[in-house]
Amino acid sequence: MTLKIEEVRNIAHLARLQINDSDVEQYTNELSKILAVFEQMKTHDTTDILPMAHPMDATQRLRPDVVNETNQRDKFQAIAPDIEQFLYRVPKVIE
Amino acid sequence: MTTTIKQLQQGLAEKQFSSVEITQDYLNKINQHNTDINCFISVTDELALQQAVVADIALAKGTGSVLTGIPIAHKDIFCTDGVKTSCASKMLDNFIAPYNATVIEKFNRSGTVMLGKTNMDEFAMGSSNENSYYGSVANPWDFSRVPGGSSGGSAAAVAARLAPGATGTDTGGSIRQPAALCGITGIKPTYGRVSRYGIVAFGSSLEQAGPFAHTAEDCALLLQSMSGFDPRDSTSVDQPVPNFSDNLNNDIAGLKIGLPKEFFADGLNPDVAKVIESAIAEFRKLGAEIVDISLPNMGLSIPVYYVVAPAECSSNLSRMDGVRFGHQCENPVDLEDLYKRSRSEGFGEEVKRRIMIGTYALSAGYYDAYYLKAQQLRRLIKQDYVKAFEQVDVILCPTTPEIAFKRGEKIGDPVSMYLQDIYTLSLNLAGLPGMSIPAGFSQSMPVGLQLIGNYFEESRILNAAHKFQQATDWHLQVPEVK
Repeated sequence: MTLKIEEVRNIAHLARLQINDSDVEQYTNELSKILAVFEQMKTHDTTDILPMAHPMDATQRLRPDVVNETNQRDKFQAIAPDIEQFLYRVPKVIE
Repeated sequence: MTTTIKQLQQGLAEKQFSSVEITQDYLNKINQHNTDINCFISVTDELALQQAVVADIALAKGTGSVLTGIPIAHKDIFCTDGVKTSCASKMLDNFIAPYNATVIEKFNRSGTVMLGKTNMDEFAMGSSNENSYYGSVANPWDFSRVPGGSSGGSAAAVAARLAPGATGTDTGGSIRQPAALCGITGIKPTYGRVSRYGIVAFGSSLEQAGPFAHTAEDCALLLQSMSGFDPRDSTSVDQPVPNFSDNLNNDIAGLKIGLPKEFFADGLNPDVAKVIESAIAEFRKLGAEIVDISLPNMGLSIPVYYVVAPAECSSNLSRMDGVRFGHQCENPVDLEDLYKRSRSEGFGEEVKRRIMIGTYALSAGYYDAYYLKAQQLRRLIKQDYVKAFEQVDVILCPTTPEIAFKRGEKIGDPVSMYLQDIYTLSLNLAGLPGMSIPAGFSQSMPVGLQLIGNYFEESRILNAAHKFQQATDWHLQVPEVK
């Protein structure tokens, strides 16, 4: 399985990563090598085998809908890069 | 010389020394050796001495627990309230955790002293501790070699006697592999045994926290303090926690130990194989019954793991967006630029590779071929173990295919690095407990032996490890750290 440079650019975009033009070829080679390892999986027939998402096959545990944590906004926002009036500031989204 | 937690505990109880004195002693050693070994990212000396003072008061009053006053180190993946929690990433270089991980809470409650936060592979991704924003870590047995990873700092700190015990996390071998390469004891418990709350998440269905120490006996003490159901972690399993120290001295005559032939095949270094064979002979002498077994799907664990773990990582690390905490790029032109540049500047190479692999495996058109397929094969791997444990009590194999490799040797070749985890990955896929104990030396470097237990049977592997350590002294060998 060999990736094309354009595919790698698209994956980087989906992952919200910026890849420099000078690095894209290296990423393409490395990712292709890793995907080559995955090819082994194809040789095994997995018809009728239930996918396993959790080692104990546990399902999501639910808790009663009651308040059990207090608001710690100031503490949590103290480590934010850019805060204004208790809001997280980001570049303008709507033109 | 090796000073175990058990010995420190006794000394504190008999008032041979105070917690402040031993804490200061370890801090001095860290101060002396950390420049060379680089096993600590943060040394929390002031906090440590404050905690030690409190511990000494509790000990004097007789209100302490078995671990009160014992200094330990924590992997920098556990959130520690008010203390930098970097996960060895530039992304979190400025992250002062606003709360404690459950593991840290539990250790605080038992009165342990935190010496500092240890170095690791960035976001726990790596097998050599070379993927750290804070630089690589030296193996105390030979500074030109890696300590293993991802919990390389914790393992190196304990091996160099800079801490009597430390915490780590294990997503694909990150406790067992560095324990093996550094010649110490480390255990990864059953998935769900220890709370993941406040551990920076990488592979949610795979990772578990566990301890490093010099002996299985000390590991039992530390694991006791860490274990237990936590309603704040949705993956925590509500199972009773036995006293892990209770069965340590049980006779292991008649214990059925399985040797999976797939773990003794091509790829295993012959000198490492010899060490493991002598260890098997030792278990025979102790009365264990050695049984040949087969785990036919183990060869699949590398591709399956390297689909599942990056898929989970790409999802977990999407929270690092440069908005709410962590690194933010300068002068973003728009929101997409903010996300992309913050993440690209904040993450190292291996983390970016895994995020991209995971993103690809989960993307439309590839999900069935990669992610779903891997999850189906994951069940086959688990079933191999379930069948094996119908036949045997414990499974024994090498922890790693070779001794610690040279720093820089594999960093340019991700796939050859991934192959280092060949004997450890499948336990995380299956969710089983496993530990690594020192079993001998090859080229003056330690060799680790892996013991695998059935679900929630940590006591049984700790028992087998303890009996082995009563009969051997490999775990007491000390590297010459100048």
